[in-house]
Amino acid sequence: MPPPPPLDAVPVVATGYEDDRLLVDALRRGEEEAFAWLVRRHHEALLRYARVFVRDRAVAEEVVQETWLGVIRGIGAFEARSSVKTWVFHILANRARTRGERESRSVPFSALVARELEDDGAVVDADRFLPADAPRWAGHWAVAPQPWNAPEARMLAAETRAVIDAAIAGLPPVQREVITLRDVVGMDAEEVCRLMSLTDGNQRVLLHRARSRVRAALDAHLTGEGA
Amino acid sequence: MNDEGTRFGWLTCSEIVELITDYIEGDLPGPERERFEEHISSCAPCRQYLSQMRTTVEAAGRLTEEEVPEPTMDALLEAFRDWNRP
Repeated sequence: MPPPPPLDAVPVVATGYEDDRLLVDALRRGEEEAFAWLVRRHHEALLRYARVFVRDRAVAEEVVQETWLGVIRGIGAFEARSSVKTWVFHILANRARTRGERESRSVPFSALVARELEDDGAVVDADRFLPADAPRWAGHWAVAPQPWNAPEARMLAAETRAVIDAAIAGLPPVQREVITLRDVVGMDAEEVCRLMSLTDGNQRVLLHRARSRVRAALDAHLTGEGA
Repeated sequence: MNDEGTRFGWLTCSEIVELITDYIEGDLPGPERERFEEHISSCAPCRQYLSQMRTTVEAAGRLTEEEVPEPTMDALLEAFRDWNRP
């Protein structure tokens, strides 16, 4: 009998489900552990993504449930042209769009994107900087950003999370979707561009505006004023 | 920006705040990245702003740390079991 492998050679979290091929095989074999792992990993993120399209929490929950049923039924035919994660979020996007108020407003997505890109670009109020005709230091901070009174515990507090949530909820719809996918769900830029049919450049501009606004909301919360 | 700054093509703070996402994303081309870093290294308010943008991204990433409610998980596992039942 061969000797057992040294302990440090055994991976600590040895589910193997991070590997899409192993995950898909396990799901197709009907392994509950694999499905539970996938649900734990994405459920809340899916719920947040659903709420980009449908504001009502109960409807969003239904959409997520339907998404999981879609995963269960579709895994047999999954062709691995994208990651499992992107596929799952794609299923949700399709379902949520048909239920969502955003789509029923009958403004095509491309028009929403164009409108959000057209917006005046400055993400920090111009009067925070010295004017272009200032004798010296034009364009430099007139009112510098204040340090945040934000020890780790305060950043994690429910109150701070609520500020971030509200700031994201208040964003224009496409920016809201981009920042939710990039920063809340944790997708990379390429996945988001594919899922939303955005160019890399547009994705970045929209992400920039979204992050800047959320920073400003946090700033107002953590310093008592806004940048 | 002062005259020296303009002559050497330094970035202003108002330009820095607009480039910050490109910088964080690693999408600034080499020479612009150098100008960005040059500015940041000598400008405390912009360093502050950059660090706050990073904190914002991290904080957004920690919004999804709640657990799946047990009844929800049970119902989903039930559906998974049903589908796979021979």
